[in-house]
Amino acid sequence: MYKAKVNITLRKSILDPKGKAAYQALQNLGLKKIEDVRIGKFIEIKIDASSEDEAHKLAQTACTELLSNEVMEDYQITIESI
Amino acid sequence: MSKKIGVIVFPGSNCDHDAYHAMKHVMNVETTFLWHKDSDLSDIDLLIVPGGFSYGDYLRSGAIARFSPIMNAVQVYVKSGNPVLGICNGFQILLEANLLPGAMLHNEKLRFVCKNVHIRSENNTSVFTKGLAPGSVLNVPVSHGEGNYFIEDDGLKELQDNRQIAFRYCDENGEITPESNFNGSVHSIAGITNKNGNVLGMMPHPERAMESILGSEDGITFFESVFNQLQLA
Repeated sequence: MYKAKVNITLRKSILDPKGKAAYQALQNLGLKKIEDVRIGKFIEIKIDASSEDEAHKLAQTACTELLSNEVMEDYQITIESI
Repeated sequence: MSKKIGVIVFPGSNCDHDAYHAMKHVMNVETTFLWHKDSDLSDIDLLIVPGGFSYGDYLRSGAIARFSPIMNAVQVYVKSGNPVLGICNGFQILLEANLLPGAMLHNEKLRFVCKNVHIRSENNTSVFTKGLAPGSVLNVPVSHGEGNYFIEDDGLKELQDNRQIAFRYCDENGEITPESNFNGSVHSIAGITNKNGNVLGMMPHPERAMESILGSEDGITFFESVFNQLQLA
């Protein structure tokens, strides 16, 4: 059994208004060394696959077909054996 | 055979009855609801994908509705050249279903915006806009939190070259101003068509601007133009 951890963020070229709002609040908090904030989604998927490679492929299909929208989002997959 | 309009109902649609009322009681055309599990569109002459919050907008607005059984029939319906109008969440669903290019981001200022706005007809190349002279201004309501239309530069160029931009946000005089682009959409885009011109997606709600008591009757102007082209009236 594997666990896929998927991070989805808005593509770099796209303005992230939630991230901007959080960034501004953190500035107001006095955390001046924080230079940028991007807000995305974190999704955990349990996969009954026979290998890490198969689990990765399945997670990738899940991302391209549903979990992320390639027009505006990037995704990153990490696979863990559980 | 009399002409018939179909309005799809997804779990979470909430403008389905507005659309039904506007079509059946204001425009006087036979109209029927289609459940998202239906698959027969054979007697439908115009299909409306209405607004709302299908599947609670989980993941991304429109993302889950794309997998409703009726959407396979919609893909075939579109390929055969039949007309589909997506309003608000319906537009988002058509984007997620790859029936229209681009995607929807959260409104630039993150607020849900519910107010009347002005939109300008940009071209009269599709069946939906043929009856509207380019430059015509309509006063129609918007009601959305994710209507910030996004497309990359080359995609925008393609929309322009193919004359797929149907409507842009403007002021009451038809001028495109930064202030009138309240949600931050690329190129102030309020509505686009597919390349063939038989699919229109728009964020504003013409079906909610059908009676003067509701503040505007400009929706009638829009639907009359559509109905004339489709010979529905």
